[in-house]
Amino acid sequence: MRMLINVPETVVADALRGIAAAHPDLTVDVENRVIIRRDAPVAGQVALVSGGGSGHEPLHGGFVGPGMLSAACPGEVFTSPVPDQMARAAAAVDSGAGVLFVVKNYTGDVLNFDMAAELAEDEGIQVAKVLVNDDVAVTDSLYTAGRRGTGATLFVEKIAGAAAAEGQPLERVEAVGRQVNENSRSFGVALSAVTTPAKGTPTFDLPSGELELGIGIHGEPGRERRAMMTSGEIADFAVHAILEDMPPRNPVLVLVNGMGATPLLELYGFNAEVQRVLGDRGVTVARTLVGNYVTSLDMAGASVTLCQVDEELLRLWDAPVKTPALRWGM
Amino acid sequence: MLDADFFRRWLTATAASVNREAERLTALDSAIGDADHGSNMQRGFTAVLAALEEEAPDTPGAVLTLAGRRLISTVGGASGPLYGTLLRRAGKALGETPEVSEKQLAEALRAGVDGVMALGGAAPGDKTMIDALVPAVDALADGFAAARAAAEGGAVATTPLQARKGRASYLGERSIGHQDPGATSSALLIAGLAEAAAGSSGE
Repeated sequence: MRMLINVPETVVADALRGIAAAHPDLTVDVENRVIIRRDAPVAGQVALVSGGGSGHEPLHGGFVGPGMLSAACPGEVFTSPVPDQMARAAAAVDSGAGVLFVVKNYTGDVLNFDMAAELAEDEGIQVAKVLVNDDVAVTDSLYTAGRRGTGATLFVEKIAGAAAAEGQPLERVEAVGRQVNENSRSFGVALSAVTTPAKGTPTFDLPSGELELGIGIHGEPGRERRAMMTSGEIADFAVHAILEDMPPRNPVLVLVNGMGATPLLELYGFNAEVQRVLGDRGVTVARTLVGNYVTSLDMAGASVTLCQVDEELLRLWDAPVKTPALRWGM
Repeated sequence: MLDADFFRRWLTATAASVNREAERLTALDSAIGDADHGSNMQRGFTAVLAALEEEAPDTPGAVLTLAGRRLISTVGGASGPLYGTLLRRAGKALGETPEVSEKQLAEALRAGVDGVMALGGAAPGDKTMIDALVPAVDALADGFAAARAAAEGGAVATTPLQARKGRASYLGERSIGHQDPGATSSALLIAGLAEAAAGSSGE
């Protein structure tokens, strides 16, 4: 597998140096692995801090900026960051209004963010947490680590970030984040396995002519393997899986998300099929976002995330945002 | 009696076996996880050895506490907090005495394993590192070699289990038939104990 890298050991640091060079609005601490909006701390505003393993770009560093995250902490590839990173980020961005951690539900992320919260609270920083667990492919039961956090992370970070930017207090920003997560569901498919720089070969063997249904964003195999399906058949499967879990009541935000190696041409075609299924099911679409936002290195495939919104959540979604990966209204 | 040097040899032996087995750990992790357990453990134990050299802690408790802290601040993922808690708790339980008995070590490891179970929420049979650590601690009364055999047996015995914790649990029944990478690295840690003991003739 050919990769555009120097050596596997420096991929994260190399990317951070590149982010620093491309985005002067961000302060990038390459050594300590923290990306911070340059004007932080912003007086009177709750700060949002997120993070997770690298390999999901633009998540999370690409969502740092006014109207979204205050800081992001990238870990090694597919490995959650360490507590020191989030504690350092929290100290750098806290204005005194408190910090909201946005945490994807994986055992490692949860443990490291919990330890970071203890460290930050020892320093007198008020910390709240929103756990994102939107992936319907995992049964939430005593027999699993619970549902994974995937595409809904973007909705939580954008909408809670907008609430923070309006000066809403920590408990309110946290409540908005939780509401967005509770209103969101995702389902993903893989058309190829993923190759991590450290391993250099695909993490699982997916024969041509087959696809994985219900995958996560770390190259872990899905729940089920089937013979290759058309874009329309995949849209039927994914949207039905979501709506079965979350019967639609309100209009939805739609995220058609590429996993990293699927061309936009295919993603837009897939979006047309997703919209067709939603129309057939009588679901009103309020806004749609198509692109590579929560990726899995070089995996081919896509995920669908739906988020039910009331007028208030839709207003916060439409509020101005200025980050490397998401930018409108300013 | 076991002094700080014994504990340093233990962690040095573990670091060597983690280096040796890193590819295998990553291969096991790619079957039911995300293909990084070997490189993460390697990074952590390399940092542990550097810290031990730099700070030269002089009691068994201080060696384990420092190692645990360093794992938490370098590994990430679930392994960092879990292995870090195991060693840090055990180190705290040993206190500040310059030498400890094998019985005290066994009790300290028991406290460490309890800490891991409390933090990660896993119980025996969930296909995690606990499945190697619990039998190992139980067998420590019969010596380090018995503990090593129990840990290795426990790791192998995770193969037919369905994962109920961690990333492998997302696979449901598809996790059956694969040995758990965390239980496998835990067996390396216990094997390091036996190697350190074998290296100190006359004990």
